[in-house]
Amino acid sequence: MATAESDKTGLSSKGKYKVIGTRPIRPDGVDKVTGRARYGADIRLSGMLHGAILRSPYAHARIKSIDTSKAEQLEGVYAVITHKDFPDASDKIAELGEGSVNLKHLSSNVLADDKVLYKGHAVAAVAAETTHLAYEALDLIEVEYEPLTPVLDVRKAMQDDAPILHENQRMEDMSPDATTSDKPTNIYKKFFFEQGDPDAAFEKAHIVVEREFTTATVHQGYIEPHAATAVWSAEGKVTLYTCTQGTFTVRQQVAELLGLPLSYVKVIPTEIGGGFGGKIRVYIDPVAVALARKSGRPVKVVMDRASVFEATGPTPGSWIRMKLGVDAQGKIVAGDTEIAFESGAYPVSPIGAGCMCVFSCYDIPDGRIIGYDVCVNKPHSAAYRAPGSTQVAFATESVVDEICEKLGMDPIEFRLKNASVEGTRRVDGVAYPRIGLVETIEAIRDSEHYQTPLAGPNRGRGVASGYWMNAGLKSSVTATVNGDGKVSLVEGSTDIGGSRASIAMQFAETLGIPMEDVVPAVVDTDSVGYTDVTGGSRVTYATGWAAYEAALDVQRQLCDRAAEFWEVDSSEVTYDKEDAAVKGPDGKSFGFVELAEKVTQASEPVVGRGVSNHNEPGGAFGTHAVDVEVDPETGKVKILRYTAAQDVGTAIHPSYVEGQVQGGVVQGIGWALNEEYFYDEAGVMRNASYLDYRVPTCYDLPMIDPILVEVPNPGHPYGVRGVGEVPIAPPPAAIANAIYQAVGVRMRHLPMSPPHVLHEILKKEG
Amino acid sequence: MAKKRVVTTKINGRPVEFLCEPRQTLLEVLRENLDMIGTKEGCSNGNCGACTILIDGKAVDSCLVLAVEAEGMNIETIEGVASADGLHPLQQAFLEEAALQCGICTPGLIMSAKALLAQNPDPTEEEIRFALAGNLCRCTGYDKIVRAVQSAAKMGCASAAK
Repeated sequence: MATAESDKTGLSSKGKYKVIGTRPIRPDGVDKVTGRARYGADIRLSGMLHGAILRSPYAHARIKSIDTSKAEQLEGVYAVITHKDFPDASDKIAELGEGSVNLKHLSSNVLADDKVLYKGHAVAAVAAETTHLAYEALDLIEVEYEPLTPVLDVRKAMQDDAPILHENQRMEDMSPDATTSDKPTNIYKKFFFEQGDPDAAFEKAHIVVEREFTTATVHQGYIEPHAATAVWSAEGKVTLYTCTQGTFTVRQQVAELLGLPLSYVKVIPTEIGGGFGGKIRVYIDPVAVALARKSGRPVKVVMDRASVFEATGPTPGSWIRMKLGVDAQGKIVAGDTEIAFESGAYPVSPIGAGCMCVFSCYDIPDGRIIGYDVCVNKPHSAAYRAPGSTQVAFATESVVDEICEKLGMDPIEFRLKNASVEGTRRVDGVAYPRIGLVETIEAIRDSEHYQTPLAGPNRGRGVASGYWMNAGLKSSVTATVNGDGKVSLVEGSTDIGGSRASIAMQFAETLGIPMEDVVPAVVDTDSVGYTDVTGGSRVTYATGWAAYEAALDVQRQLCDRAAEFWEVDSSEVTYDKEDAAVKGPDGKSFGFVELAEKVTQASEPVVGRGVSNHNEPGGAFGTHAVDVEVDPETGKVKILRYTAAQDVGTAIHPSYVEGQVQGGVVQGIGWALNEEYFYDEAGVMRNASYLDYRVPTCYDLPMIDPILVEVPNPGHPYGVRGVGEVPIAPPPAAIANAIYQAVGVRMRHLPMSPPHVLHEILKKEG
Repeated sequence: MAKKRVVTTKINGRPVEFLCEPRQTLLEVLRENLDMIGTKEGCSNGNCGACTILIDGKAVDSCLVLAVEAEGMNIETIEGVASADGLHPLQQAFLEEAALQCGICTPGLIMSAKALLAQNPDPTEEEIRFALAGNLCRCTGYDKIVRAVQSAAKMGCASAAK
C-alpha cells in the first residue's frame, strides 16, 4: 500500500499541490457541449432492430398465460420473448458494489415469471424493424392475468392480513429475541443494533421527544432513459452498448441471467445521462441480448419516460419512529428508532444503510436501531444518492430541532456539543476515523448566511446535518506514455459528472505534469481491468488511487529506462515530480517529455498499471442552513437562501466538487418539497411524467452556496473523500426546521408540498 | 401506414430535404432519419427540454413538433452552434463554469440560452431562470448553468449569435 502523502492534520489542500485544487476544463467537455458525445440511445448499428417491452397494467396479478403468436406473425417482427427465454435463475446473491441483488428476483424483474408485482412490470418484449412497429406488435400479445389485491404502504404491508407478494418469503430476524415463523410475510428482514442500555438511559433523561415520520417514494430522475443495444455473435458472444454506472456489473448480471461465460460478454459504455444509483441494476440489457440472440440481428431497446418512473428503481417510501433523550445540559443520552423501508416488489432496500446513517451525526452512548425491509407492490427500489440516509436524516434532524427548542439551545451549539468526532462509536458498532463533522457545523456557524439575521413575516431558518459512509471497492487503470510526452490513461469508471478530470488530475499531480497532457479514455470490459460501479462516491477516491499507483509505476519505469541510458544502477535514479524530471548522479537529468520521446524511439514502451481495493473511504458529513418563506394562503414553500458546508477531504477539481454539493442539495429540495409517487388504490402511478412528478426547475431555486471544508482523509494518498452523496441528506430536515420557524408547524411527512403544509397550517389555526 | 411525405427545410444554414412518416416527430427524424444525435430525448412529451432546438429563432421542444410541420422552416440544432472558428461563447462558458455534469441536458440548455440571449443580450438572473425553466437538469442544481449564461452574456454572446 502506498504511503499517504497528505498532511494528516492539515485542514486544506490549498497551495500544497500543482494540479489538485485547480479548475481545468474537463477532457470530455467539448464533445458534451457540441452534441457529439454518444449516450445510450445514440447507438446506431447496421441491420439494427428496435425493441419494445410489454408491461403489466396491474400492480399485483398472477400471469395465467401469454400468447405471442399474433405478434410473431406481424410483418417486420423478428423476435418475441418472455421469461421462458431466460434460463432458470438460482437464488444466488450478486454483489453489485452499492447494494446486492438476488439473481432469481433480478430475472423475474427483468421479465415477469409467474406473477407481476407492480404496474409497469415487464412481461414480454419484441424486436422489430422500427420502434413504431415494435409497439404495434406489443398490442398483439395476449396476456391473461388473475388480478390480486395490491399493498402499497409499508405499514399495511407489515400487517398480518396483508396481501403477500412472495408466498415463500419468511422473515429473517436479526434481533436477540428472534423467533422463527413459517408464516409468509412481506417483511424480508428485521435489522437490530443496540449499544449500551437505552431503556435505562431514557429513564434518566431530562427531555425525551418521540415522533413518527413518513416519506413518499421518489425517483432518481436522471434525464436519460435507460438504453441498451446488443449484438449477438454466432459463437455465443455478446457485445452490449449501454449507459450504466458500472460496465463490469452489467457484464456480471447479463452473464448470470443468460447463462453465459462472463468473458463472453463485452460491455461497451456509452456516455451516461445521470444515474444517481439507478443505473446499476439491469432492466433492459438482458432483454436486448435475448432479443438479439433470438433475431440474429443487433437490437436496441430504449425505455420511455413513463416506464422509467413506473418500472425502474425509485428510492423507498418509509415510516420511521424516532425517540431521542437529552440531559439538562443538552447532551444526548439515549436514542431509539424503528425504520421501515418499502423495498418494492423484491427485497432488498437500502434499509441497512439507513440503519448505519440514522444516528451517524451524534455521539449516542445508549441506543437501539430496528430496521425492516418490506415488500410492497411498487417497482423494486434501488440506490439513490446516499441510499437510505435522506429518509432517516429527516427524522433524526427534525427531532433534534424540537429538542433544541425545548432546551432553548441554538441548533448549532447543540450539534457542536453532540457531534460525532474521531473515535465516536456509532450505535451500529462502527468507530469513526478522523472526520470533519464539527468543522462543517463551525463553517455554517461562521458563514455570512448564518451570521445575517433573517427578517420578514412567514420566514424561517433551519439547520440540519447528514452523513454518508462512502465506498472504496476495486478499480483499475493503465497509463501509456506516448512519444510526444503525453499519457493515454485508460480507465473503467464511467464518467457521470467529471471523473475523467478528477482521475487525470491525480495522475498528473503524481508525475508533476500538466493535466492537459493526460488523455483519459473510459473503455469497455475487455480493455481495462476490473472496475466496480461509479457509485458510493467512490470513483475519485478509488479510481483516483489506482491512477496514483499507475503514475508511481510510470515513475519507476522511467527511472529504470533512464538508468539504462545512463548505464548507472537504477537505485541512483529518482523521479522528481516538482520538475517532472528523472534525475541521476552527476547532475544527469531527463525532462518527462524528453525521456518519453527517447523511450519511444529506443526502449521498451512505458505502460503503467494501477489497481486499488482500499476500504478507508473516509465518511463524509455535511451541515446545511436554509432560509424559507411560506405562503400561509397556499402552503407553498419558497427557498430564499441555501448554504451547504461539507467535509470534502481534498477538493481535486473544486468546481465539480461544488457541483456535486449543489446538485445533491437540489435533489434534496425536490424530495423535500415536491416529488412523490402518487398511486391510486389499484396501485397505478398517476403522475408518471416529469410534469406531474415535478422535479425542481431552474425557476424554483436560488443560487446554492457551497462551503468546501477540507479535512483530508487519512486513508487516501491525496486525502480524498467521496463527496457526491451526502449533500442530498440534510435538505428535507433543514427545510422542515425552517418551515417551523416560519409558520410554527412541524412537518413530519415528505413531501412538504403545498397541500400538506397548508393542511398543517389550517390544523394549527383550528 | 400513411404515405411518406417529402419535407424541405433549412437545418443549420443548409437546405435539407427528408422523407418521413406523418406520425414521426421532428425529434425522431433528426435523430433517426438524419443521424443528428446531438439533440437528446429525455421524455418525448415536452416536459424536460432535452430536445430543444430553434425554429425560426424560437426555442421549441422538437418532440412536440411533427416532422411534416417543419416544411419551409429554419431549424437550428446543437450541431450548428459551434463554427469552424471554434466554440460559441455559450459552449465556452458552459465548459469554463463547469455547468454540466452528465451532459445529457446540455445541448437543450445551450439552445434555450441561445434563444434567450439573441432576444435579450443582458438578462437578469430572474430572466435567465425563467427562460431555462423548461429545461430540466438533474445533476447541477442549475447554479453553474445560470452563471454560465451570465458569463456568456458578458462575453458578448448576442453579437456572436448573429
